[in-house]
Amino acid sequence: MKSAVIVFPGSNCDRDLAVALEQVTGRAPAMVWHQDSELPPGTDFIGLPGGFSYGDYLRSGAMAARSSIMRAVGDAAARGVPVLGVCNGFQVLTEAGLLPGALMRNAGLSFVCRPVPLRVENSQSLFTSGYEAGEQVVIPVAHHDGNYQADEATLDRLEGEGRVAFRYLEEVNGSARGIAGILNDAGNVLGMMPHPERALEPAHGNSDGRRLFEGLLETVA
Amino acid sequence: MKARVFITLKPGVLDPQGKAIHHALAGLGFAQVEDVRAGKLIELDLADGTSDADIEAMCRKLLANTVIENFRIERLERL
Repeated sequence: MKSAVIVFPGSNCDRDLAVALEQVTGRAPAMVWHQDSELPPGTDFIGLPGGFSYGDYLRSGAMAARSSIMRAVGDAAARGVPVLGVCNGFQVLTEAGLLPGALMRNAGLSFVCRPVPLRVENSQSLFTSGYEAGEQVVIPVAHHDGNYQADEATLDRLEGEGRVAFRYLEEVNGSARGIAGILNDAGNVLGMMPHPERALEPAHGNSDGRRLFEGLLETVA
Repeated sequence: MKARVFITLKPGVLDPQGKAIHHALAGLGFAQVEDVRAGKLIELDLADGTSDADIEAMCRKLLANTVIENFRIERLERL
């Protein structure tokens, strides 16, 4: 798997994501700067990391979504290349219009940073084939703006089309219908607030996130 | 010329910051406050002759997220 991790000014989980990809796929990803306009040839997976791109100016992910590399990411996504956005990466994907809805300030206003229980709602996607349908996993969150909101028609469509990938099993941030992660309509773009790269090995507390990368490797490679 | 863009959350969208401000005002004794919504004001210095359509395009492409926000443009100086 030839993966790329996009690095924005203010990204702070780019190295964690790179370590996870290297551990699982055996190959270090290309680290691609936001001002680049092209991805390395043959890129078959793109990761948008967590962090605080551009200091969350204007809205979380808003500036990063308009950076030059995001045009290349959008083109790759349209060709079917898998794209995973974690935390700030999820915010960037919604701001870029690659996923529907928006991530707003947590309903409780506090920054939430703890392992949270999730249910895997769709185990058939490119990203979630390493899980059983309905399986419960624990993956850490760390965010201030993770409150997923969309209009009712969009939420109904996401549910009806099996595009809710992960759902919180407890109240975390006020997200509509407890949504923690969603897929685009083609199924090759996943945005999620929890950090699978932070649950990779026993030293992290658990390794529930590892199977996301293992499943991805199996489907992509 | 200058223009101001007012960005507000759409009606019905939960505004936790507005709620916190409301709560703080109530704590200061301002019991007459019935609701608070927080938004943004962006001031633009623009080349003379910039059209309303251009400013609206700026709002739609970047300044507002129209999934959750409305915007209102106020031109301060006209040619």
